[in-house]
Amino acid sequence: MTDYIEQDASRTVEFPMSETIASSKRPARPTVLATIGAFATRALLRIKHVPEQMFDVTLFPVIFLLMFTYLFGGAIAGSTAEYLQFLLPGILVMTVSQITMYTGIDLNNDIRKGIFDRFRTLPIWLPAALIGALLVDVIRYSIASIIMIGLGLLLGFRPEGGFIGVMGALVLILIFSFSLSWIWTALGLIVRSEKSLMMLSFLVMMPLTFISNVFVDPSTLPSWLQGFVSINPISILATAVRGFMHGTVTAEQIIWVLVVSVILTAIFAPFTMYLYRNKE
Amino acid sequence: MLESAKQLPRSDFLAIEAKGLVKIYGKQRAVDGVDLAIPKGMVYGFLGPNGAGKTTTIRMLATLLKPDAGVAHVLGHDLGKENDEIRSRISLTGQYASIDEDLTGMENLTMMAKLMGYSRREAKMRASELLKAFGLEEAAKRQVKKYSGGMRRRIDIAASIVVTPDLLFLDEPTSGLDPRSRNQVWDIVRMLVGSGTTVLLTTQYLEEADQLADRIAVINKGKIIAEGTSSELKAAVGSGTLNIQLVRPEDRVRAGNLLQQKILTTVHHSGDSASVTAQINDPALVAEAISELAREGIAISDFSFGRPSLDEVFLSLTGHSAEGEADAEEETL
Repeated sequence: MTDYIEQDASRTVEFPMSETIASSKRPARPTVLATIGAFATRALLRIKHVPEQMFDVTLFPVIFLLMFTYLFGGAIAGSTAEYLQFLLPGILVMTVSQITMYTGIDLNNDIRKGIFDRFRTLPIWLPAALIGALLVDVIRYSIASIIMIGLGLLLGFRPEGGFIGVMGALVLILIFSFSLSWIWTALGLIVRSEKSLMMLSFLVMMPLTFISNVFVDPSTLPSWLQGFVSINPISILATAVRGFMHGTVTAEQIIWVLVVSVILTAIFAPFTMYLYRNKE
Repeated sequence: MLESAKQLPRSDFLAIEAKGLVKIYGKQRAVDGVDLAIPKGMVYGFLGPNGAGKTTTIRMLATLLKPDAGVAHVLGHDLGKENDEIRSRISLTGQYASIDEDLTGMENLTMMAKLMGYSRREAKMRASELLKAFGLEEAAKRQVKKYSGGMRRRIDIAASIVVTPDLLFLDEPTSGLDPRSRNQVWDIVRMLVGSGTTVLLTTQYLEEADQLADRIAVINKGKIIAEGTSSELKAAVGSGTLNIQLVRPEDRVRAGNLLQQKILTTVHHSGDSASVTAQINDPALVAEAISELAREGIAISDFSFGRPSLDEVFLSLTGHSAEGEADAEEETL
């Protein structure tokens, strides 16, 4: 680094600038697919250059999984092995829904750093910028899921639904997470700093994940709390994922997850796009 | 469309025409009635301190902000109604390096080229071509966050000209750069204009506007307070500036009053408590001014007479120096 700058300094400016600097042509506008592809490539390159990002999002849930299994397993379900069968699908749901907020954080960073302005002055279909990034986030979510499931298998998790069941659960998680991400992109456009966005997402996700059926069977809860738990989207997803993994899933459970996903997307995707276009 | 066309006839010679642009933030009128007529093919400079409204004006013209009032044509297209057409022919380089710092220079430019419609192969070719032209070949595979300030600025401008824009907005292109990097950016700007691009740049540096801009608009508190070529602006202020260094600072007020009465000139007191600056149009009056002071027993240690700098232009237009206010206010985005 340093030696390059010194070397650079010794050179007396003048680049071989000439007419090469002017573009020889003005290409036609890229297709929507090509635009999404360019933004997706950018997101992939970011994972390549900043792999720590992935590390951060998986370490926390791994600790959670180990802690809950061995600390509370015996007390809650009678044995740690028993509890793991119940807990793993739930923890997986919690992990992936929590890392969806990174989508918002990335967008918030883009705004603060000015690259957002550059994209907005391009003659492109703007939603592509977000869709490209979200598609790559789905890859992030998959990697996090595979790590969690792998660890679970090592610890003694035995899904009765088999491979197909686990895959079905995964697809459901990815659909839900893609939809949930739109909340964070909208908030990423509203709040000023990365810190306040993290704070906000923590405030939302903490109660949502804990006041759900991720950790405990809600039948032991007071009835007023049971009401909330049963309509909590995290519970709805956890129920279906658990069902898939243990081979007991019902069509109704799946449909509810899809309904929640559609509602989230229908509200927050257009809202995000409105904010994106009109951000000042 | 019809209504605005009536107010503002389109012109083939102008890159930007604006009438009565206003942007209000809360109670503050960040931009307060700006009219512009910027011919194609030149470097046009917005000169003013931080918070003057330069960035806000540029962001409106670059389709990023909606004006609260006023109409504008950018490259013959109606701002607000034909933003897509405008976007396909302009480019913006913001105040802070607006590229992905985690990506390499090559990756950044390739991405921009793809977004402009190049195929993967052409995008890579165009990116290498630009890296070479901007002296960044060796840094092509390094993450931008490891670049020096000057290199960052260069890659940033390169990203703006992947497809040569007809109009390029440069927001404070050289702030924070060392003199050598600044000269490089100036070279790039001159060359872009040479290849037919109109450049609208903002600057707080009077020297930069003087060196680079064909025409200058001096902006203060959201209004254009003067407009013209650098020499027109200087001429408007007067042909010269007499700077007198006093031996005793307590003589300053007396010296100022004396010059005002006898030479009929405007006098400024700068930060230096022992100096007096006066605008003098006729060099012959300089000798008279000095002897007037001597007659009154005001001792001077030094004096100089010269053409006014843009700094003095700014001073005489606003009553305060450009740099003085720079720290006091923050640019409203």
